[in-house]
Amino acid sequence: MAWAKKLLRVNLAKGEVASEPLNMEWAGEYIGQRGLATRYLVAETDPKCDPLGADNKMIFATGPLTGTAVSTGGRYSVITKSPLTGAVACSNSGGFLGAELKSAGWDMIIFEGKSPKPVMLRIVNERAELVDAADLWGKSVWETDKLIHDKYQDAQIRIAAVGRAAESGCLYSAIINDLHRAAGRSGVGAVMASKNLKAVAVRGSRGVGGVKDPARFMKSVAEQKKVLAENPVTGKGLPALGTQVLMNVVNEIGALPANNMRDVQFDGASKISGEAMLEPRPGDGKPNLTTNAACFGCTIACGRISTIDKNHFSVENKPEYWGNSGGLEYEAAWAMGADTGVSDMDAITYTNFICNEDGMDPISFGATVAAAMELFELGAITTKQTGGVELKFGSAEALTWCADQVATGQGFGKELGLGSKRLCEKYGHPELSMTVKGQEFPAYDPRGIQGMGLTYATSNRGACHLRSYTVASEVLGIPEKTDPLVTDGKAGLVKAFQDATAAVDSLGICVFTTFAWTLDNIAPQVDAACDGEWSVDRLLEAGERIWNLERDYNMKAGISGADDKLPERLLKEAAKTGPAKGKVNGLEKMLPEYYKLRGWTKDGQLTDKVRKQFALPA
Amino acid sequence: MQVTFKLFATLMRHLPPGAKRHAVTLEFGAGEAVTPNQLIERFAVPRSEVHLVLVNGVYLAEDGRDTPLRDGDQLAIWPPVAGG
Repeated sequence: MAWAKKLLRVNLAKGEVASEPLNMEWAGEYIGQRGLATRYLVAETDPKCDPLGADNKMIFATGPLTGTAVSTGGRYSVITKSPLTGAVACSNSGGFLGAELKSAGWDMIIFEGKSPKPVMLRIVNERAELVDAADLWGKSVWETDKLIHDKYQDAQIRIAAVGRAAESGCLYSAIINDLHRAAGRSGVGAVMASKNLKAVAVRGSRGVGGVKDPARFMKSVAEQKKVLAENPVTGKGLPALGTQVLMNVVNEIGALPANNMRDVQFDGASKISGEAMLEPRPGDGKPNLTTNAACFGCTIACGRISTIDKNHFSVENKPEYWGNSGGLEYEAAWAMGADTGVSDMDAITYTNFICNEDGMDPISFGATVAAAMELFELGAITTKQTGGVELKFGSAEALTWCADQVATGQGFGKELGLGSKRLCEKYGHPELSMTVKGQEFPAYDPRGIQGMGLTYATSNRGACHLRSYTVASEVLGIPEKTDPLVTDGKAGLVKAFQDATAAVDSLGICVFTTFAWTLDNIAPQVDAACDGEWSVDRLLEAGERIWNLERDYNMKAGISGADDKLPERLLKEAAKTGPAKGKVNGLEKMLPEYYKLRGWTKDGQLTDKVRKQFALPA
Repeated sequence: MQVTFKLFATLMRHLPPGAKRHAVTLEFGAGEAVTPNQLIERFAVPRSEVHLVLVNGVYLAEDGRDTPLRDGDQLAIWPPVAGG
């Protein structure tokens, strides 16, 4: 088991909540979380529906290992149709909410319809109710969190909420839980706000029962925690420097996109790196990083808790930002730093705080600002649109101004909130949008890391590094080193990462465990916890099934193989510096091989054979 | 001959005082040969912590680390790291 075998259905239009049994046949095929929730989305919604309309559904889903003693077992995902991409959205978050939901006795929550007025869902174990949230609407995530805790006088309530960015229609708005953990990508926050759902507040005290073989499970969990502790990445590197350890690595290898991906290296990289977060600041002599932090059940603890220098212009006279809060992760530091040309660590820590406070995806936000800066440089956007602000690459003042504007949906912030694709189209330069399927790129330039080009192009949720993190192999040598500058063998690598990651994302554990664990380490824990027999092969088969199901959903939503593409810049403008100098991404060499390995048609369509192999729904 | 030697992440502690941006510039006499492994030795970087070795941004496999560096080379070293 490990599944609670129960889901909560919330009909927002009628204001009703109901319990129903989890479809265990589907759980056997799609595991939980990402996979199982996608199966429900496919069964219950029209892929062509308006993402922000009442017909779209939104699912909060845990995995079978969420809330158990397994390391990192606190994950949940939000699955819905994305308003940013029109594709399936699946945004994975840590923190404590997922485990709390499971401890309250629920595997998932399906939200359907649209509430006529602002509401929040309150769950206390088996009891669930919709509560009026008129007093919360218009408030930031942080204010909302405090008001709910104050109202119910229970510090242990775990809360996920949307902020003012989502309320004002920002298409990359996030759902934030536990103040600074995020279901960040693809605009799931906008879907939640479109349903007039402000927050989900959960208190669960039942614990997670039903583990198939508790003694074997605890033994396996202890053994595998030891593997994480003894591995230099998960035991040492990530707790000490967080994901930000990558900033200097990726810059050195010449794959750090900068200035809206015009460049592949950034002069200011070391100033905004994980190493720099440990060094005393010139202003107050304190380091940016206060401590590391862990999500529920995590024995890695890569999270960053940071402060901003009180004298920095961004927080002058704003004491509410003087304390500790969620600090920079690599992707956020890259998007708001290198991609905008800003090397002011305090400024990007401030914009990171704002992304958490009002619920924005820092990757899409930073990349959209970068696109706007290039448009400004060309004269396509002027101070007329910005109300006098000079949107120049490298300007920390412009960056912090943009964050404040998008967070509250004011003025030009409304346009920035549309994301880079719509912004660049509006101002006549669609070629400047560094996106795939409408979603902004993360922090690895596919000219310098070839496999990531295929990763981005074929990702089922638009440009994303977490769907197949070939960086691990191409740059970091995990599990084995491959050459980042060649395309040979990358199709197989991408497929292998995609399938394995889909399985991991469906279990309730963090993908960062896979820097030390393979499925050989994971399968015994799943097998001891869950009904049935769970081998590596079965997990991989489920992962491949999930990948194909997501692809099928997207195809039915109107996306095709023609959308498996990269912006021209990455295919035609060669890298100017570093080891990749003179190179573009070789997507055209990798894509046909990838389709073949997937068993799809030459134009990327699923075949009947694949449908039958994975018993996909019609 | 000039070589830039960079240590990152948890290896930073092996840099001499005065290192800037995680790097020191080293001078060698003309005709003097120095290899990555010799520099790793000289700065007492534990071999077990040497994982990612880049010369001018290009990965250098273990069997190439006894090849002499050239004038202007940048040698950068990390322990096993990852992120995302």
